[in-house]
Amino acid sequence: MTEYWQEISALTMRWVRRLSRERFSMLFTLVQPMLFWLIFFGNLFQRAADTQVTQAPNYISFLAAGVVVMTVLNNGLAGGVDLLFDKENGFLERLMSAPIRRSSVILSRFIFVMTITSLQVLVILGVAFLFGVEPATGLLGVAVILLIGMMFGVGLTAISMAMAFSVKSHGDFFSVLGFLSLPMIFLSSALVPLAAMPGWMSFLARFNPMTWAIDAVRPLILSGWSDALPHVAMVIPVMLVFDAVCLYGGAKAFRRAMG
Amino acid sequence: MERAVAIEVNRLSKAYGAHQAVSDLSFHVYAGEIFGLLGPNGAGKSTTLRILITLLHPTSGTASVFGHDTVREADTVRRLIGYVPQERAIDRFLTGREHLQLLSALYHLTKEEAAKRIDELLKLVDLEAQADRPAKTYSGGMKRKLDIACGLLPDPKVLFLDEPTLGLDVQSRLRIWEYVRMLKARGLTVVMTTNYLDEADQLCDRLAIIDGGRIKALGSPTELKVALGGDIVSLTIKETDRIAGMEAGLANQPAIKTVRATRNGLDIRVESPEKALPIILETANRLGCGIEFIEYHRPRLDDVFIAHTGRRITDTAEQPVE
Repeated sequence: MTEYWQEISALTMRWVRRLSRERFSMLFTLVQPMLFWLIFFGNLFQRAADTQVTQAPNYISFLAAGVVVMTVLNNGLAGGVDLLFDKENGFLERLMSAPIRRSSVILSRFIFVMTITSLQVLVILGVAFLFGVEPATGLLGVAVILLIGMMFGVGLTAISMAMAFSVKSHGDFFSVLGFLSLPMIFLSSALVPLAAMPGWMSFLARFNPMTWAIDAVRPLILSGWSDALPHVAMVIPVMLVFDAVCLYGGAKAFRRAMG
Repeated sequence: MERAVAIEVNRLSKAYGAHQAVSDLSFHVYAGEIFGLLGPNGAGKSTTLRILITLLHPTSGTASVFGHDTVREADTVRRLIGYVPQERAIDRFLTGREHLQLLSALYHLTKEEAAKRIDELLKLVDLEAQADRPAKTYSGGMKRKLDIACGLLPDPKVLFLDEPTLGLDVQSRLRIWEYVRMLKARGLTVVMTTNYLDEADQLCDRLAIIDGGRIKALGSPTELKVALGGDIVSLTIKETDRIAGMEAGLANQPAIKTVRATRNGLDIRVESPEKALPIILETANRLGCGIEFIEYHRPRLDDVFIAHTGRRITDTAEQPVE
């Protein structure tokens, strides 16, 4: 057990070290785009978005939940990419030829992605706070938001790793990623509530786990526990199923790739 | 005296769908020797190596390292081996020392053990001065040295090197050869793949020539050359349309073992040059075939390769150092 922990912590530290040396790219590729969405999109649509439709005091407070979950989405879907590079340059083989538990590499990645995502979610909630969006459910609500984010993120990261182990080249990986991520966002309640969508879009959005996550996070920010609890009670089993499916697929892809 | 066997490979096969990467391979590696897997790209060398280091499961057959099966006792095997991959398997953002620290944790060394061993290894591969620089600042040769240090970190009994000098400049190559010989002197068993004939010839105690997933020849470089029997006379012929006629004219002559047409002449294996040369010249005369150049040499490893595979080894995948 101590050996297991030694492996996982050393591998996790590697991701942290890498990130600390890529500060510049971290700032611009991970944090910035999400803040842009919140600050520019949120303020830009302030008057274009009808508060009757969004059911929120202003668009930025409506959008905050969407941006939080989009952060989870983007980080999760990109979570496997470092393993893909490790696979391509032989580093993964080097790790795998060591007497480590096969799961250590995977677990270190989950721990790292989840930690970074949580920090970013907190940054986004902090920036939203500066624009006057105060979470209605307080700190406990923030903790529940993080929990929902983690549950969604685990499944997404598993999808990403499964892809990393299955694709032939990183070109394929990034095309699938681009193909997945925008439709996931538009076919969800991130930008517009389901009720205000064209019928076919809201129909499809209902099958998007992202919608479930956002619909639980949004009342935690906007209205309060009484509105939020039914959604939270729904999203947890949905995410459990989502994670179970993704982890099963991920484990299969991993086993196939590692012969 | 029986020599101790480090690696035993028994009727090993690996198929990817319909493609048979390795077929029915059997060989063994003695403890303390440098064993080479020589063959062109795609011959099955790397597949064989990956099975030995437990990263691939064979479709059939078995492989064992010091008696431990690479599939059933993979974890035990992993504790006995070190591996230096073909690609520069380096994390450009980590320093050399951090690479070794990461691996120390994966081999479950204590902090003190790790620090001591890391210092020794950095000294061994002469990377002490660059140990705390990120690997992205390293040259190709330095990355290779770090690769080797990483392979040696577990203090392995067997070290596996996949194309250790691919794409390196001449000086770095000689340097790597020196390390490998030094490791052998320390009692390590070394298994390496290569598609460089000179590397196999100079470095390996024994080697297996692999082509199309099968072993074509096995033995020490000297044994393989002697086994060819006879020396080689190479002719360069001016009028290339006469080559075929000359080939037919020489076949089945006394003192001539085999004749093989090349792009601009013939390679003739002969029992003794004193007997063969007059016959060759007389035949050329009779057929009116002008000989531009005659070369005579003892068999080289490339002659061995051609004799067993019917073609030259080609280094198509050779890539320049980044």
